[in-house]
Amino acid sequence: MSNVRQRAGLLTPAMAVIGVLLVLPLGLMAFVSTLERGRDGGVIWSRHTLDAYVQFLFERDLMDNLVLNTDYLQIFARSIGLATTTAVLTLVIAFPIALWMAFQPPQRRTFLLFVVTVPFWTNLLVRNYAWILLLRNGGVFDRLAQSTGLTHEPLNVLYSPLATGIGLVYSFLPFMILPIYVSLEKLDRRLIEAAFDLGANRWHALTRIILPLSMPGIVGGFILVFVPCLGAFVTPALLGGGKSLMIGSLIQQQFGQSRNWPFGAALAFVLLALIVFALVLHGLRYRRLAGRLT
Amino acid sequence: MERLTKPILLCACFALLSVGASPAHAQSKELLLFNWSNYMPPDLLKRFEAETGIKVTLDTYDSNETMLAKLQAGGAGYDVVVPTGPTVQVMVRDGLLMKIDASTMSNFKNVRAPFDKPTFDPERAYTVPYMWGSTGLAYDTAKVPGVKLDESWKELFEPRQPFVGQIGMLKDQNEVLGAAAFYLGYDYCFEKPEEGQKILELLEKQKPAVKVYNSEGTVDRVGGGDVAMELMWNGSFHRAHKKLATVAYIYPREGLALWGDNLAIPKGAKNIENAKLFLNWMMEPKNAAEATNFLGYNNAIKGSEQFLDASLRDDPAVNTPEEDAARFRPMRDCPKASVDLKDKIWTRLLR
Repeated sequence: MSNVRQRAGLLTPAMAVIGVLLVLPLGLMAFVSTLERGRDGGVIWSRHTLDAYVQFLFERDLMDNLVLNTDYLQIFARSIGLATTTAVLTLVIAFPIALWMAFQPPQRRTFLLFVVTVPFWTNLLVRNYAWILLLRNGGVFDRLAQSTGLTHEPLNVLYSPLATGIGLVYSFLPFMILPIYVSLEKLDRRLIEAAFDLGANRWHALTRIILPLSMPGIVGGFILVFVPCLGAFVTPALLGGGKSLMIGSLIQQQFGQSRNWPFGAALAFVLLALIVFALVLHGLRYRRLAGRLT
Repeated sequence: MERLTKPILLCACFALLSVGASPAHAQSKELLLFNWSNYMPPDLLKRFEAETGIKVTLDTYDSNETMLAKLQAGGAGYDVVVPTGPTVQVMVRDGLLMKIDASTMSNFKNVRAPFDKPTFDPERAYTVPYMWGSTGLAYDTAKVPGVKLDESWKELFEPRQPFVGQIGMLKDQNEVLGAAAFYLGYDYCFEKPEEGQKILELLEKQKPAVKVYNSEGTVDRVGGGDVAMELMWNGSFHRAHKKLATVAYIYPREGLALWGDNLAIPKGAKNIENAKLFLNWMMEPKNAAEATNFLGYNNAIKGSEQFLDASLRDDPAVNTPEEDAARFRPMRDCPKASVDLKDKIWTRLLR
């Protein structure tokens, strides 16, 4: 009994932090999304309406009828597509790097880990501005390409989807490398030796042994990249030219110039619901998979 | 264990409570200034501190909405804020500003017309003018040698071949939709759906020729030649012009937005007398000129011209010629119907 009490006591601070810093603000946001908007931003606390959620899918035409409006769905689809592409690309790049790192001597491994984390020392915004200098016409890459005779035209990379891709993959790469590295480092090397002893070639050892065993790291990395990437708007705005809205900038717009806080809150909640749904789906699949293995 | 956690929790609770309840201290030699980032020369503030013995603490924001949200949330405790005209209207309506009757201040006689009676605060009951500027059209004359562009928004919205794919736009729905409305002959606060539809069609047709929508970095973009045409604030233009001498600024004849930033005292300010002193001090020609020299935006103070850098006095984008000043359309706070229509158009344009 005292054991239970002790545990409760130890848990209280953590639960209080989660309650105050997570549940309370989220609850407040959920509440705001069901309120009527104020004249100059803000909300009218006493009046409830679900207008914000209706607005996500429908608009009123000139005859005041509700008609389907796909603007917001298109923006969501773009953000999800961008996040998926980024996650897949970072995975393709990060896996070989993590594999190579995991098979280095311990001392060099520590050093390499340190190198991977170096970008975190500088603010993301500053690093994005650095990419502007690198990618712009007359910038480092442009001059390099022209002086080596690769091209005589300006590269015109900055303010294109390619620039957004480069920026996002660069920003999120460490989040993919680190979890995969951790799962590969823990991997029992004897299993690989056993595979070779039993006649597997390198390809089979990789696909049948290493890849399945590093799955937790890959999934973890995928989530760590995909979820924050969904809300990314700094990189698309700075490097991509801001010609298309992202979920993040759409939400910011609602709390800013459009003065529609309930709709901004509702958008944030739809996004949150999508992410939670995806994670739950993944959790169920993972459990079933684990169940089949044992 | 429980004996230990309970007191800790209690302490934490009290700590949280006492943060909000620090006693309001009496008038001190302090001033809490809440301003746009990089919008007042640090040397000027130092001089104010030296001359008055009042210590200035600066906090910054990046948009009117950020500042407004913070004041609406209450208890920010700032003594001076710097809202743009339309935001002044909102703040007065919501009762966020203190009535100060600026026209009775000793330096108010220095304020140049029409800034002494702006539409957003006709009596100057709540605010004094700070910087003002226009949102016009900048382009690189080197792209079209021997050709002088028409003084019209047409050049931006239906660009000539050399500018296709080379256009930068502000990422600001009021600025972009406002300019388009002027071009089509509509009001800045247009509300009719048909007019909105026409504006959307115009902007969608222009979009393929646009390289970037971003309100930041316009100086480097234009000065560095990344874009050849830009919807631009005149102070930014002045700085870009220093980097690239071939850029020119157009005041479109259909009208262009005139905006003015103001110094105001929010309700709940603790150092009201110091704040009033500061507002009056900023209407001193020499002080206003120093801000202009630093920022590249013009001020509204008579007699500040003699202290201005020559490059500013000679730049028609900053020192507006008489005949161009008639094209100014003051920005104002739009009714909800217009705000909603603009949001819809903007989202559809960038969906």
